[in-house]
Amino acid sequence: MKIQANLAIGGGLTALALFVGVFGPWLAHTDPIMDANLMNAELSPSAEFWFGTDQQGRDIWSRVMYGAQISLTVGIGSQLINTAIGTTLGVTAGYWGGWWDDFVNGLTNLMLAIPSLIFALAIMAILGPGLTSLMIALGLTNWSYTCRISRAQALAVRTQGYVQAARVLGYGDVRIMFTQILPNTLGPIIVIATLGMGGTILAEAALSFLGLGVRPPAPSWGSMLSDARETITTAPWLSLFPGLAIFITVLGLNLLGDGLRDVLDPQSRSRR
Amino acid sequence: MSGDMNLLEVEDLRIELTADNGRYPAVEGVSFTIARGETVGLVGESGCGKSITALSVMGLLRHPLALAGGKIRLTGQEIQDLPPAEMRALRGKRIAMIFQEPMTALNPLKTVGRQIAEMYVLHQGANWNDADARAVEALKQVKVPAPERRARAYPHELSGGMRQRVMIAIALACEPDLLIADEPTTALDVTVQSEIVDLMKELCSAKGTAILMISHDLGLVTDICKRVCVMYAGRIVEQQDSEMIFNRPQHPYTQGLVASLPRLGMRARHGRQRLTEISGVVPGITAYPDGCRFHPRCGRKTEICEKVAPELTPLADGALVRCYHYG
Amino acid sequence: MFGFVLRRVLQMVPMLIAIALLIFVLFSLIPGSFATGQQDEGLGLDMAVVARMRAELGLDDPLYVRFGRYVQQLATLDLGISFRSKQPVIEMISARLWPSLSLTAAAMGFAISVGLPLGFVAALRPGSVADLSLMVIAVSGLSLPVFWLGILLMYLFALTLGWFPSFGYGDGGLWHLALPAMALGVSPMALLARTTRAAVLDIMNADFVRTARSKGMNEFRVVVWHVLRNALVLVLTTIGLQFGSLLGQGVVVEKLFAWPGVGSLLVDSVFQRDIPAVQGCILMITLFFLVINTSVDIAYKLIDPRIRYT
Repeated sequence: MKIQANLAIGGGLTALALFVGVFGPWLAHTDPIMDANLMNAELSPSAEFWFGTDQQGRDIWSRVMYGAQISLTVGIGSQLINTAIGTTLGVTAGYWGGWWDDFVNGLTNLMLAIPSLIFALAIMAILGPGLTSLMIALGLTNWSYTCRISRAQALAVRTQGYVQAARVLGYGDVRIMFTQILPNTLGPIIVIATLGMGGTILAEAALSFLGLGVRPPAPSWGSMLSDARETITTAPWLSLFPGLAIFITVLGLNLLGDGLRDVLDPQSRSRR
Repeated sequence: MSGDMNLLEVEDLRIELTADNGRYPAVEGVSFTIARGETVGLVGESGCGKSITALSVMGLLRHPLALAGGKIRLTGQEIQDLPPAEMRALRGKRIAMIFQEPMTALNPLKTVGRQIAEMYVLHQGANWNDADARAVEALKQVKVPAPERRARAYPHELSGGMRQRVMIAIALACEPDLLIADEPTTALDVTVQSEIVDLMKELCSAKGTAILMISHDLGLVTDICKRVCVMYAGRIVEQQDSEMIFNRPQHPYTQGLVASLPRLGMRARHGRQRLTEISGVVPGITAYPDGCRFHPRCGRKTEICEKVAPELTPLADGALVRCYHYG
Repeated sequence: MFGFVLRRVLQMVPMLIAIALLIFVLFSLIPGSFATGQQDEGLGLDMAVVARMRAELGLDDPLYVRFGRYVQQLATLDLGISFRSKQPVIEMISARLWPSLSLTAAAMGFAISVGLPLGFVAALRPGSVADLSLMVIAVSGLSLPVFWLGILLMYLFALTLGWFPSFGYGDGGLWHLALPAMALGVSPMALLARTTRAAVLDIMNADFVRTARSKGMNEFRVVVWHVLRNALVLVLTTIGLQFGSLLGQGVVVEKLFAWPGVGSLLVDSVFQRDIPAVQGCILMITLFFLVINTSVDIAYKLIDPRIRYT
């Protein structure tokens, strides 16, 4: 019963976030950047401005709607990079073993030894702010768990009969990895990617909040909160809605990930 | 307390399993008695309800299993509805239990000496120093070599046989009236099995402790028990003296069990003979068939077997059998 | 035991060198103007000055020479001279070490002292209202952006109620520490509550707990004598790992609350393009994380006799 609740609520919230991400421009009332009007500055929520307006008179509702695009683009993009790096390294390391396995292991341990947000921050410092930089920075720093899981799976599967049978049949390594090993790791990897996306969306917001992610005036939820901090005494609602948007999106992904884990990877509860 | 009073009487025991879609009887109509110092065996395939019968005597059934009827008497006193605190006072002190897997049945982070010593602290109010000293004595009794050193060892540092000796030491620490042994040798090497069985027999007969031995292994049970109850799918199907059950099994299921056992001298007497096995598997608790629960696997079934469950029929010499076509 | 500790500490050295190399290589990829950090933003230095500065800072030497020099400096705890303040980086960092340490410790202390008991209570009554609501709180806590939580706490407890100062270090006392530590501690607290619950549930079903019950122990003793320590072994891993995200999020919280720690130095240095300071801060934070993980391993050894010396 609890499993279904996780999946239903998580799936619903995630679907809502995706919907806003795709249709945000149609849901918005005004342009999120250009429609500044100082006559309307710092209005509280009303029928015209559902979430109020900011210091420059921009409609917060519209900016929150547009912000979903940034969060989801970074979240999905960086998770695609993470998953690609993690599974490639993990599966090849587990399948081939030897010095390559040692190298990948060392690399994974190195990644785990550096707090990932600090690492991403360093990469952002080098690449400079921007959407692409964010995807790269967060995509290069969060693949260690995917790598570990797929390595373990490849290691376990490698010696099993059907993989050896495929090898006897003359299948190439790459084909075996794609057809015999990857499908077996799919469940846990989907779970990690879903939960990880919540993490990268939080990280994107944090970096943008610090001014290292998406630069204003782009309507990232994180940088909106950064702006809002300055007016917290006069316009506290500015701090409320972008944060709520992040919270709902990440909560949805976390619940969905938990629900998927119960369905796709039932042993992990006891295995931990 | 009269001399002929039984130590343990289990009467019409019923244990139910609560599942998503209802409650199912996991054990039904189970009755047996154990006299003081007697050894009784409970035999059956895994899943037949013998372990949960034992756990119910200990009062250790946990959700989704629960006692749903019947009486359990210890020296005449009904204990199935005792308040938790009174039940705890019996547990370990008057009824003790040994479990199947001695690796996981001991706490990996505590020395085995301490795990024995807990018994003296719990039931005899000993302080830890005295209890630790007595734990060494207990290890000596179960013939663990170098007991002072072993008392300070952790479970993972001992062999399977040694760990099971520790379990026996824990169980017998307070000299209980009844020892329940749930597959005590199944996880052990064959050579160690007989040592453990001999040790249990020796210590229990010295202290007059009764044993309820639970096993899937009819040979092992008849080796140390005076009487054997055979369980199938939550019911007792036959109860006989150990000696008789080999020579004259009454229930078709028991006959199948006996026929599947390799026996010394069998070849000499009967010529070349194959070991037979019982076809089919034990039905799941949620899928017990109507009528006699053995009928889908039975070669002698008739129409009545599929419809009406047979009652236990008393035979000569106190034996009982639950079958229309016994013999 | 001593041998184990020694070996575990020595194992940190190659890892530290690998991290130093990684950070070094990463920042060597930066385009030239960024490396000196002086040319753009209209500071108007002419090319001759830039070239002289590059030569002075040794930025024109080959990469491996520079790395050799870098490691040599690190070995003597020399993190270089800040491009901006012209102070030794190590001095800048040590001045900010204590605020960061106290914030991290307070946040983790909060997470452990709240999360562990909550997880325990939930596990002892699985499926109860308390359990379910705790799990809802836990998954929410994991989904909260730490800086947003910080802003909410600031608004409620500082600006509206006036119980705590809204930001700043003050004298470094508990009064100033409370809000940032709570903001930082909520997410690890949520995760610890979840992990503890799972660990305790796992162990309550273990065979040795059934053995303990068969001895006639009451549930309180079962928990204290047999469950606590075993659950702690499982939870310890999570505590160690959580320090990683705690240190990362700490940067954000320090910035939000204007807390004068290593994290806010890091962010300021990034904006000032002060590479030696950025490298130094990252190295220091990573070193701290490494020390934590090593300590966790040693703590493991103390609790769990199954972990071998070799």
